[in-house]
Amino acid sequence: MAEATGSVTAQSGSGLPWVGRSIARVEDSSLLTGRGRFIDDVGVHPGTLHAAFLRSPHAHADIVSIDVSQAMKARGVAAVLHGEDIKALTSSLVVGVKAPVECWPMAVGRVRYVGEPVAIVVATDRYLAEDAVDLIDVRYQVRPAVVDPRAALSPEAPVLHDGFGGNVASDRSFRYGDPESAFAAAAHRISIDISYPRNSCTPIETYGVVAGYDPGEDVYDVLANFQGPFSIHAVLSRALKVPGNRLRLRTPPDSGGSFGVKQGVFPYIVLIAAAARATGRPVKWTEDRLEHLTASVSATNRAISLAAAVAEDGRILALDWDQVEDCGAHLRAPEPATLYRMHGNLSGAYDIRHMKIRNRVVVTNKTPTGLNRGFGGPQVYFALERLVQRIELELNLDPLEVITRNLVPADAFPYRTASGALLDSGDYQEAVRRAVQEGQLAELKARRDEARAQGRLYGIGYTAVVEPSVSNMGYITTVLTPAERRKAGPKNGAQATATVSIDPVGSVSVHVASVPQGQGHRTVLSQVVADVFGLKPSDIRVNTEIDTAKDAWSIASGNYASRFAPAVAGTAKLAAQRIAERLARIAASQLNTDVDDIVFVGGQIGSKRNPDNKVSFSRLAGLSHWSPAALPDGVGQTIRETVFWTPPELTAPDEDDHINSSLCHGFIFDFCGVEIDRTTLETRIDRYVTMHDCGTILHPAMVDGQVRGGFAQAVGAALYEEYAYAEDGSFLNGTLADYLLPTAAEVPDPIILHMETPSPFTPLGAKGVGEGNCMSTPVCIANAVADAIGARDLVLPLVPAKLAALVRGDEPAPPVHQASQADPKRRGDRKLRGEGRASVKASAQQVWAMLLDPDTLAAVIPGCHGVEKISDTHFRADVTIGIGPVKGRYRAEVKLSDLDPPHAVTLAGNAEGALGFGHGEGRITLRPEPNGGTTIHYLYEAGIGGKVASIGGRLLDGAAKVIIGQFFASLARQAGGGSSSARPSLFARLRQWFGGQR
Amino acid sequence: MKPAAFDYIRAEHLDEVLDVLRREGGDARIIAGGQSLMPMLNMRLAKPKTLIDIMRLPQLARIERNGGGVTVGAGVRQESLLAWSELADALPLAALALPWTGQVQTRSRGTVCGSIAHADPSAELPLVLCALGGEVHLRSAKKRRRVSAKEFFAGMMATNRADDELIEAVSFPANQGRCAFREVARRHGDFAIVACAAVATKDGVRLAVGGVADMPTTREFPRLETSARDDALNSFAYELNARDDVHATARYRRDLVRMIGAELMREVLS
Repeated sequence: MAEATGSVTAQSGSGLPWVGRSIARVEDSSLLTGRGRFIDDVGVHPGTLHAAFLRSPHAHADIVSIDVSQAMKARGVAAVLHGEDIKALTSSLVVGVKAPVECWPMAVGRVRYVGEPVAIVVATDRYLAEDAVDLIDVRYQVRPAVVDPRAALSPEAPVLHDGFGGNVASDRSFRYGDPESAFAAAAHRISIDISYPRNSCTPIETYGVVAGYDPGEDVYDVLANFQGPFSIHAVLSRALKVPGNRLRLRTPPDSGGSFGVKQGVFPYIVLIAAAARATGRPVKWTEDRLEHLTASVSATNRAISLAAAVAEDGRILALDWDQVEDCGAHLRAPEPATLYRMHGNLSGAYDIRHMKIRNRVVVTNKTPTGLNRGFGGPQVYFALERLVQRIELELNLDPLEVITRNLVPADAFPYRTASGALLDSGDYQEAVRRAVQEGQLAELKARRDEARAQGRLYGIGYTAVVEPSVSNMGYITTVLTPAERRKAGPKNGAQATATVSIDPVGSVSVHVASVPQGQGHRTVLSQVVADVFGLKPSDIRVNTEIDTAKDAWSIASGNYASRFAPAVAGTAKLAAQRIAERLARIAASQLNTDVDDIVFVGGQIGSKRNPDNKVSFSRLAGLSHWSPAALPDGVGQTIRETVFWTPPELTAPDEDDHINSSLCHGFIFDFCGVEIDRTTLETRIDRYVTMHDCGTILHPAMVDGQVRGGFAQAVGAALYEEYAYAEDGSFLNGTLADYLLPTAAEVPDPIILHMETPSPFTPLGAKGVGEGNCMSTPVCIANAVADAIGARDLVLPLVPAKLAALVRGDEPAPPVHQASQADPKRRGDRKLRGEGRASVKASAQQVWAMLLDPDTLAAVIPGCHGVEKISDTHFRADVTIGIGPVKGRYRAEVKLSDLDPPHAVTLAGNAEGALGFGHGEGRITLRPEPNGGTTIHYLYEAGIGGKVASIGGRLLDGAAKVIIGQFFASLARQAGGGSSSARPSLFARLRQWFGGQR
Repeated sequence: MKPAAFDYIRAEHLDEVLDVLRREGGDARIIAGGQSLMPMLNMRLAKPKTLIDIMRLPQLARIERNGGGVTVGAGVRQESLLAWSELADALPLAALALPWTGQVQTRSRGTVCGSIAHADPSAELPLVLCALGGEVHLRSAKKRRRVSAKEFFAGMMATNRADDELIEAVSFPANQGRCAFREVARRHGDFAIVACAAVATKDGVRLAVGGVADMPTTREFPRLETSARDDALNSFAYELNARDDVHATARYRRDLVRMIGAELMREVLS
């Protein structure tokens, strides 16, 4: 029900509209002077308790037992809740596909990813809560883990949820046009396989929740730095077992960034609310950085095989997509939305009429995924635009020619894509032409040629993308079959909400249900509304907090899918216009003129024909309060107007699975020049040109800010950032020393170009611009790097070490005597392997007896506090293990097997404690020496996981080696001395570390 | 991410520091700038019973030049050493390497001796101390001793400091002639993937490498022809037992040792 825009004219004092100008942001003075009101700045009620989580160190394990008795007794503790308690207090979160699978916000019986909440402690402060977390005793039975999406498809893969077929949560195929014939008839079939990694946009502010429960009214009151979409409110109230009107969800005034990520706070809202209910007191939780990196949300990683049917001239006739989307351990709402957000746009900026798609969604032992800036775009365009480069290479065509030949023609708008998106407006060829000229591509090519002539590694990359914005709430239902959709009822639209109100003295307030995350919504809304009323932006007060108990909102509310400028700001304009139309009628009546003659200018409402005939805005605007009887008949109040706006173009998917997944489609054309350093293999971005057509620009500086911000995060995705997992599912970068965000020093200033083709579908002609560079830039940089080094396949991030083999070929061989060291490891294989030997004076028989004796084991296991003998070959020990200042207490199990007395034995051990776990297995052989002594030779394999793997990855291998060395050196010492030939100084260090501890 | 409870002693006298160390040994930790220790406390990787703050002791906050060498007290912050007017003349290698130690924010808190005590295998200051053949001054209630850098570092984050000893100072020997430094990290200020320091010696070059083995490793090289030099560097690179981590592969680290090693050797010998 889009409204016709009003006929009332408005002018600001100077006559120029405020929209389109880079006015100072109203948000900045408080933010820059430390007066921001973020969730952690907002006070809490006296008596509020604080929560801390115990999280899983394992990627996949059964919870054998949880003993919370010690934690319950700890100082200041009000409650300790684990999975079964949460299960009793709440219902399972809804799962995004139809399957008999439960999705609890806390592990119930089984953990499925590292960092999954296992228990929550609520105490009088966070310190005491964390003290008690350390006292919870959980026993796990480890299961094999799967972390790779392609591996998760294998019938042999460990299965995460019994309700899915294997690990496949969804498997849908689509066919648009006649792809089979197109492939059969095409001159070429060109294909690419890609693996898009996991990363995240990493806001500075982490999650925060304050929840209370009123048992008298059965109402939850939650303050959270949630960003929407408010469709999640329905998920929350269902999980908390109350109707929506008994879950009051509020947001704080300021946000320390989100980029989609704060959507993922919602499982914690359930947990903290449940804790408030259980304790009868308000509970606050602030996520720390380790928790955030390990277990908040990430973007999806995806495996894609993409093929194109290509004509001789490079024209793409058809595409064949095979996507395997990895949503992590649980399919949490709104997933698998990342996969379907781009469904209407799988042909990118190109005119491709035939398409085949297979979409599979898999679960793996990694953190569940969620909203993240770019949301599906980076994954899709990495495949599509790498494929376009491959077409150029295989057909020996000019890159720019292949791109322009395939672009949607300028006269085709609005253009319906094969899979159903309606591209609203644009002139892609013109945008490319201007970018090439204004961005000086010819000069960049000359720079490349000169660099190459000097033997330097220099390349140029290109990308053309469409940037969708304003999501159709119905796109996610494309994951369902048409029959399932019929049963569930249609979902569509994108309800945006804005309220404009005028108080008795005629001052104007605006409220929108959008939750800005730092973008400057309040500034832009003040411009938009000031223009309608002929006021100054400083006359308009904007409030963007949300209170679901009091404010107008809808399931589409929230700040996501770049919907603010096209949808929310436009809706505010419509609300202001409704009031302005009434004010114009009142003014016409008072000034004895026609409504058409009324103009809003300079704080006055007056006659166009007779500028002296006027009344002040505030006086007229207050009339509804002071003397409603004085209003002309039938005009209605001018006190408050709320508009809900949803575009008619956003319809539900049709019977053939066509879906207009987004309302607006901006266009971006990027090119860049990069150089790879021959020594360090670092990629230096020499020049980056990015051309945007995002429709009407409301605030040029903010648009450039969005482009710069997206670009910076894309540089991170391209060159630095990856949520890395070991094969066993251990998470490897839990600190910002290992998860590398580019800083100002690493991000060059892009050359930003614009053209404006207004959207015919939005009230202001604006389109979204927030996510485009997250989609275009990673692949543009990859294309440039591929051009520089002649690489065919590249996997992000392009860390220098990955390029070594591509640029340099095989490594120089080691000198003959060191040959064994050049043993290459598989990616993600964090198993440490090694060998060593120790000479002892005792006989092999004596050493053998020692290995089977608990007292000896107690003496040789580093930091051992005593050994309990379970059987002849099974021992349990309590040990303190430390490297430097890092010390932790562990429960260890040691088992002996494959006994061949007194020659050889296999010794397997595992240890588990608050800092993580380790496991290892070693084959020990005893060889008698002529002097009566024995040489102990050991060959081992070990791995370490949990917290210590997440935060100390850089140092882990060395640490494990030290500890294994300690054991054997200690064994040798116990057996009567001798020395470990590998490390002569080990005894000294052992005494220093552990002397006095036993 | 909150530390476990600990006692905090802000020492007013050196004797007090030594006395607490004597009584509590390994249960006590010295805190100076706190740039390594505080994160470890917050993540509960370390749970010392007592922290002894030594930053109020003026006698530890001195930089002294004596007989050509330089002694840096335990209370000297990295930024103070970097700002010391005589640094480039007295310790040109430290002047080259210190800007690579963390960022200005961490240097303004972190101390020189704190970095030595922490013994991170990628840190620049232990590397410089090894490359120059410096010494660590240790003091307990009972005695004082000096240990060479080579003897002091014992492995990854491990040293031969006894539990009751305070690192009172470190000393760098007199300026030894031409030197060079280069570091490769993912971002400026990150822990080095490979850091190399080269110092000209009577017969050739001493090369020190950090970030690869468990601790900084030094090797003396005579003057060599190009191919012999490359063979020697290749052998050295493999001997360091490089490992893979999330930032780099073992092969990449060996590549950097070979390439940067050759570059620095050329630089100091030219």
